[in-house]
Amino acid sequence: MILSVLSSPALVSGLMVVRAKNPVHSILFPILVFCDTSGLLILLGLDFSAMISAVVHIGAIAISFLFIVMMFNIQIAEIHEEVLRYLPVSGIVGLIFWWEMFFILDNETIPLLPTHRNMTSLRYTVYAGKVRSWTNLETLGNLLYTYYSVWFLVSSLILLVAIIGAIVLTTHRTTKMKRQDVCRRNALDSRRNIMNKTISPFGHS
Amino acid sequence: MIISILGIRGILLNRRNILIMSMPIESMLLAVNLNFLVFSVSLDDMMGQSFASLVPTVAAAESAIGLAIFVITSRVRGTIVVESINSIQG
Repeated sequence: MILSVLSSPALVSGLMVVRAKNPVHSILFPILVFCDTSGLLILLGLDFSAMISAVVHIGAIAISFLFIVMMFNIQIAEIHEEVLRYLPVSGIVGLIFWWEMFFILDNETIPLLPTHRNMTSLRYTVYAGKVRSWTNLETLGNLLYTYYSVWFLVSSLILLVAIIGAIVLTTHRTTKMKRQDVCRRNALDSRRNIMNKTISPFGHS
Repeated sequence: MIISILGIRGILLNRRNILIMSMPIESMLLAVNLNFLVFSVSLDDMMGQSFASLVPTVAAAESAIGLAIFVITSRVRGTIVVESINSIQG
């Protein structure tokens, strides 16, 4: 029951992202989607992924979107009248995706439609008493830091590129920025300047 | 999964300005991430989770750079309506 309580606002909000008139509303709906996704992940037992997705998606991405919306004076836009022009193509794409899903989700792994199969024939071993129970973080660390450490380092490089790119893109050369001319800084002879000022405080430097 | 389809629909149907068009992309990334995690739990495979902890990294990075590009194009163009951004020059 908690699953449906959590997941239905996610679907509705995913729908409402498109339809919201106010641009701030159209940011609040993805925030709701992110919250619901994080709750669903907690229900799955993945505590670390839930917190990580909450922090990253809500705390970084949604906040940056909010800043941009606040910065630009986006008016309350009217609903585009030509929305029906795009509907055939998007409808076809959506139907193709829907049709592909039924290839992937066959009823043996994930029961999508209710079948009248004998549910007690599912055999699953209860691992609880046999193995040491690892937390989600430990299992991730077991893989990410040892075997797939290259992925980890590459993702850090991606973040570095993102930081540098965002700063380089938004520095504006014509606005007055306090910069230091490095060569001039290095060419100053500190001893000469400081000694001049301390020796003759009343005279010219 | 359905959220990712809704995100695709959001991109296709929403041509008002680029900012609103880029929000369903984030939602789509999150939905695909959730898909990875759910399948990895249900199939008892750790590969899904180790990949799904790297996907938000890429998502945050591309949203940051995408928003920076959006800021610059709106500063250059003056408008953010999508129909008037139809030339690469500038």
